[in-house]
Amino acid sequence: MDDLLSEFLTETAESLDVVDVELVRFESNPGDKATLNNIFRLVHTIKGTCGFIGLPRLESIAHAGETLLGKFRDGALPVTPASVTLVLASIDRIKLILAHLAAEQVEPPGDDRDLIAQLERVSQGEAVAPTPRPAPAPVISAPVVVAEIAPEPEAPEGEGRWDADQGRFLRPGEVSLADLEAAFMNTEGPEVEEAKPVVATVSAVAAVVEHDDEKKGPIGVNTIRVNVDVLESLMTMVSELVLTRNQLMQILRNSADSEFKAPLQRLSGVTAELQEAVMKTRMQPIGSAWKKLPRIVRDASQDLGKKIDLQMEGENTELDRQVLELIKDPLTHMIRNSCDHGVETTEQRIAAGKSETGVIKLRAYHEGGHIIIEVGDDGAGLNTDRIRQKALEKGVIDATEAMAMTDAQIHRLVFAPGFSTAAKVTNMSGRGVGMDVVKTNVEQIGGTIDLRSTFGAGSTFIIKIPLTLAIISALIVGVEDHRFALPQLSVIELVRAGKRSEHRIEMINTTRVLRLRDRLLPLVALSDVLGLMVDDGPDDRSACIVVMQVGETRFGLIVDEVFDTEEIVVKPLSKRLGSMSEYSGATILGDGAVIMILDPNGISRSVANVERTVNRMLDEQTRAAAAAAAKAAQETQTRISMLLFTAGGTEPRACPLSLVTRLEEIDASTFEMTSRGLVVQYRGRLMPLASGGGAIRREGRQPMLVFSQGTLVVGLAVDSILDIVEDVLDFQLTDQASGVLGTAVLKGRSTEIIDVSHYLSQAEPGWAAAAVQVDVRANRKRILLIEAHPFFRNLLAPMVSAAGYDVTVASGLEEARARLAAGATFDVVLADADGAALTEVEGAQVIQMSSRRDVDAVPKSDRHALLDAIQRAIHRGEAA
Amino acid sequence: MSTQEYVTFRICDQLFGLSVIEIHDVFRPAKMTPVPLSGSEIAGVLNLRGRIVTAIDARSRLSLPPREKTSNSQGLAIGVEHAGESFGMIIDEIGDVVRLDDADMEQNPVNLDATWSSVSRGVYRLGDRLLVIMDIDRMLAGAGGADTAAAA
Repeated sequence: MDDLLSEFLTETAESLDVVDVELVRFESNPGDKATLNNIFRLVHTIKGTCGFIGLPRLESIAHAGETLLGKFRDGALPVTPASVTLVLASIDRIKLILAHLAAEQVEPPGDDRDLIAQLERVSQGEAVAPTPRPAPAPVISAPVVVAEIAPEPEAPEGEGRWDADQGRFLRPGEVSLADLEAAFMNTEGPEVEEAKPVVATVSAVAAVVEHDDEKKGPIGVNTIRVNVDVLESLMTMVSELVLTRNQLMQILRNSADSEFKAPLQRLSGVTAELQEAVMKTRMQPIGSAWKKLPRIVRDASQDLGKKIDLQMEGENTELDRQVLELIKDPLTHMIRNSCDHGVETTEQRIAAGKSETGVIKLRAYHEGGHIIIEVGDDGAGLNTDRIRQKALEKGVIDATEAMAMTDAQIHRLVFAPGFSTAAKVTNMSGRGVGMDVVKTNVEQIGGTIDLRSTFGAGSTFIIKIPLTLAIISALIVGVEDHRFALPQLSVIELVRAGKRSEHRIEMINTTRVLRLRDRLLPLVALSDVLGLMVDDGPDDRSACIVVMQVGETRFGLIVDEVFDTEEIVVKPLSKRLGSMSEYSGATILGDGAVIMILDPNGISRSVANVERTVNRMLDEQTRAAAAAAAKAAQETQTRISMLLFTAGGTEPRACPLSLVTRLEEIDASTFEMTSRGLVVQYRGRLMPLASGGGAIRREGRQPMLVFSQGTLVVGLAVDSILDIVEDVLDFQLTDQASGVLGTAVLKGRSTEIIDVSHYLSQAEPGWAAAAVQVDVRANRKRILLIEAHPFFRNLLAPMVSAAGYDVTVASGLEEARARLAAGATFDVVLADADGAALTEVEGAQVIQMSSRRDVDAVPKSDRHALLDAIQRAIHRGEAA
Repeated sequence: MSTQEYVTFRICDQLFGLSVIEIHDVFRPAKMTPVPLSGSEIAGVLNLRGRIVTAIDARSRLSLPPREKTSNSQGLAIGVEHAGESFGMIIDEIGDVVRLDDADMEQNPVNLDATWSSVSRGVYRLGDRLLVIMDIDRMLAGAGGADTAAAA
């Protein structure tokens, strides 16, 4: 192709993209002089160049368009959407002709009188025809008489003025270049608001123009056009260089002192910089992929009769041009989707109390070696029920799945093939090919897509793609003597499983699974996926599990070893191997070995059968868990860990395990008799001993429960420690001898629950009162204890009262309310957080307590914490 | 009177020849990485001066018994370019370069095994042995892709 022509085509295509964007911006902000100037200049340049290289058709359209733009600029015509559409239509026509030019190197036959006539009519101030978007297709396809190329029917020779700059006569309505420049410099917008001083506006406009010139000037000088092929081959060579460097560095590591060390390190540094620089040449701002979007949104909003505003953020975020090319189409599709399905109609928006203009927000930013692109709208959001319904109808999921899936999982169904939620098919979307194609495209370049949606408040799609495809970060794993690379993007975490580890691989039939944080993770062995022969060693040997996420599927890949993470250069596979879905490429490691890069998508397919089994199992598990949870909810107040022991008899006795600090066996010969009873030296201090029932041994080893509170430590001697059980405390008898709270059936035997504080105060009289100093002489603080369960009532009431408080016990809320209604006042209310909450009582501080340790309440069984909480509550109450 | 130079090499007990211009280099394959799930003809992939080369096991391709696992079982590889990719064909022994007259080449015997005849261009009668001229493109194209398809 003619150099001049190809240069013209590239340049004009770029200019037109800019004009597209600028026009849409201009339409929404007709007072923006800088934008209009820019458009005018670009169209003018196109026209000028067309005339120069002899493209009459293009020139006449550009001219007519420019004339109309000139009227806008002069303020002779108001800027209306219809007239802007007409200008856009002429831009489209120019593009069409350009496409033909690129293919055939001549202008297509035909003429554009229809369009030019419309442009002229509008320029004369007539109303725009009701159908402002003439179908551009017929221009090429229509069999027009070729001879009739008369592009200047409106230009009678000699009538226009001579323009020295362009070397020809001006057409009607055309201005000379000199005039044009003068106009730019002196523009005084007639539509400027009256209130503002005119002088200020003029200088502002001039400033904008100057600023523009400054910005434009150096760019032309500092940039050159380079063929993409040159960049590609540069990239390939740099990749080779990086590999060679890696190999050299590997050799260097293995050899001791070498004279190559210093120069090699320099080489390494320079290579890294070179790599970065070459990568940079391939980088393009994502904004260049967004150029068409404002136009698409504008057209879509006109077609759909919606008002939509497109906001773009992070246009300057750079990414590899290869990735950029691949992401363009999915983005366009998603924007259309958001216009069509996301944003509601104006009426719906007003009804929902939103502003009538919907907003589509496009955002791009870097995050850890990846680019995140978000496409969000403030529309209706996804309708979870409708998607569920639709997915059921289309057989994407079955009824049990539909029940078990979370909202987020349901939302992700929009990525399922053949799934479209649009109630009606529009010419834009809703034909059942949609988000699944987007998803496939994104995954093809190693990216992921997800969405967030709030019903009524909009949805946001989040695309995560790698910065570049040529070099990726990969995890090197080993199976048997093979090594493989796994793209880091799909790896979530690493888990080591084995006998000693907290994680254990479990089997269900022949399926391996792993319990990982309340979830069952389906496992596959890489050796199975790849059909490697594994020696039948003991199955309990430790293994590494690479937890991976591919789309919806999360699974664990069992490997023998995990080596490290490396930046690897992806090499395409030979065609002989290319058909294998398990691999996505190969790479050369630093040690010179070639290893295969596993394709997470391919691997996940082999997991699919495994996962189905696990899913079915998970279903059952979920149901079982739900049942257990329901049961637990009933029992939660009484289910408690108890320590079983014998003391002074064969009948088991028990106390809450949470009260016990340690279990010890102490040599009885070290016990010493003092005036306060038996003591033993324990951890550097004297520990008083109390009997749990029987006599304290004086020889042999004495099992001991150690209780501690603050600095106080007391040992309770027992005969033997039996067991620890977690069970429902079902009190049978509650009125017993002192030192016993009641009897409950534990493990099928009736067991006495001992009153720990009773025994302990025998050994250490200060036990009950020492920890918490309460001024007993002052009026005792009144405490209301609301406790439904007799065990805790019996445990807590004496304890609290022993600490010097005046305790009133209520067995339930009703009783508590009755007491309050009767005029009783309390300083502190101890209420059960697990029961129906009593959160506020007038004039009293409420302490939530719980028998469970995992909730955010004061644990009932922790005496120290409870007394502490009471004291703090009293202070709070006094302060208030 | 047109003659061609052929590099001769041995696979199992058979002598083969390849035109000199078709051969890129001859190298000793080191650190071959096997590719699980690939067909048996794919010996693996290896790094040859920074390029990733797909190694073809010529014995497997020709349905010959695999080489005995002896100490020097590494063998040799003939490097060729095919469809813009680098391949290495594992052979047993490299031989002399011979110059042969095109006119002396004989057609494949009709009773030659189908696999063999598909990769043979013709046969030369050398003094005491027969030299099969290999069609390297067909050799590398795979046995009708069936193997690779089955493996994938």
